[in-house]
Amino acid sequence: MVQFTDVFKEYENGVKALKGVSFNVRDGEFVFLVGPSGSGKSTIIKLITGEIAPTDGQVIVNDFDLNRMRLSRLPYLRRSLGIIFQDYRLIENKTVYDNVAYAMQVVGASNKEIRRRVAYVLQLVGLDSRTRRYPRELAGGEQQRVAIARALVNNPRMIIADEPTGNLDPAKSLELMMLLEKINEMGTTMLIVTHEKELVNRFAKRVIAIDGGRVISDGMDGYYNYEA
Amino acid sequence: MKRNRMGYFLREGIHSIFSHGFMSFASVFVIVACLLIMGCFVLLTLNVNSVISELESENQMVAFVDERYSESDAQALRGRVQNVPNVESVVFVSQTEAMANFVQQYGDSPLLNELEPSILRHRYVIYLKDIARMAETASAVKDIEGIADVHYHVEIAKGFAAVRSVVTVVSIALVLVLFVISLFIMSNTIRLTTVARREEIAVMRMVGATNSFIRQPFLVEGLILGILGALIAFVLQWGIYSFVVSRISTDGVISFIEPIPFSAVAIPILLIFLVVSVLVGVFGSLSAIKNYLKV
Repeated sequence: MVQFTDVFKEYENGVKALKGVSFNVRDGEFVFLVGPSGSGKSTIIKLITGEIAPTDGQVIVNDFDLNRMRLSRLPYLRRSLGIIFQDYRLIENKTVYDNVAYAMQVVGASNKEIRRRVAYVLQLVGLDSRTRRYPRELAGGEQQRVAIARALVNNPRMIIADEPTGNLDPAKSLELMMLLEKINEMGTTMLIVTHEKELVNRFAKRVIAIDGGRVISDGMDGYYNYEA
Repeated sequence: MKRNRMGYFLREGIHSIFSHGFMSFASVFVIVACLLIMGCFVLLTLNVNSVISELESENQMVAFVDERYSESDAQALRGRVQNVPNVESVVFVSQTEAMANFVQQYGDSPLLNELEPSILRHRYVIYLKDIARMAETASAVKDIEGIADVHYHVEIAKGFAAVRSVVTVVSIALVLVLFVISLFIMSNTIRLTTVARREEIAVMRMVGATNSFIRQPFLVEGLILGILGALIAFVLQWGIYSFVVSRISTDGVISFIEPIPFSAVAIPILLIFLVVSVLVGVFGSLSAIKNYLKV
């Protein structure tokens, strides 16, 4: 669950990235966050993951009130989120299996639990035959599926994907989006930042459009009518 | 679960040492180099101190007993001389013994044979605990009733004391400077390995690792590299020192010096090396990753 209430963000260099943004994402929803570069999408993601704090307004993510949260609670907020990046951010010297298992070791899961859960999510994203490979041995779409498996492995309440298809061709992008939709149907909230109009329109989900630091439309019609 | 985590930190630390092989090698090399220089100065100081102590122990003063005292009266003064502060030990030398020494020292000439022992006085040869306080000890001995005069060489005493304190101060200063330098170099070396792992640390933070969890493998790595460096430096130090000692004992000019055997200082040197390198490894890695642990 994400709740933005009249959120302002001004960076130290004077850039006003958000100018009064309010929206709600309820548990179990599938939401596209769209808008051109520099519109404030990345700022919203950084606020949700606790990388930056709002200048004004209230941000609540999975019951963590980011205005009042102590810094030491930040790791626990992040454990309730699965985060996926455009550039995958896999650890190059770890195998596919270890990249995913790592996220569970970090939260102190037992070895038995790790073996069971990692095998399950790798099968879910269709990489069960690639567990011993290193990221550089995989194609872009496969690397992104490792990142999805890693985001999913701790059973987070919500997955945030920042331009997950940015480096993929249209066929792979569609495939990936269908995987994310399947994960959403299993109960995980999905917030996907993208500017790929065709993909957004094809899935017909809720679309929140941002421009100039403001929400310019928020509708269930699934239509991305903004010119990027 | 705790044991599971310890295993994880150890595995990660060791894995990281091998996967950043060159940087690990560089870190160990830096530690070994600094420890060796440090060790050489520590050993030099120990040896200079030991040589000076040797020389000092041969430096004595002589207290002459009033010539009106008989031998037994003179001997009765021993307790009072012994009780003077800073006196390590005293040896009583009677007139007769003094004459025998004198004759032995200056040869068996007919001239000496005619001398009566009574022209010499009974005396005490006094060895001191601290040679720097020779003058005050001498005057305290002189104040004892029955002691007529005290002979000593204050300049020599002062010279030894000065050499010893200069060598000690210079060595302590050098060791401290080297410690700071090696801490600095170690920290920078580990910082280079963390620059390479900036992405990895960012990923760890993104999946919800706590700061202490992120730190542990780096600590383990610093610790292992430190201990490895200490052990290598110890073995090299042993070899270098033994080589130098063997050269000294075969050199004609300075073979009078008796170096401390390495076995006598091996344990302290090993402990110093371990403590220094563990400190350097731990603080080096902590200071190196500090910057990456902000939000």
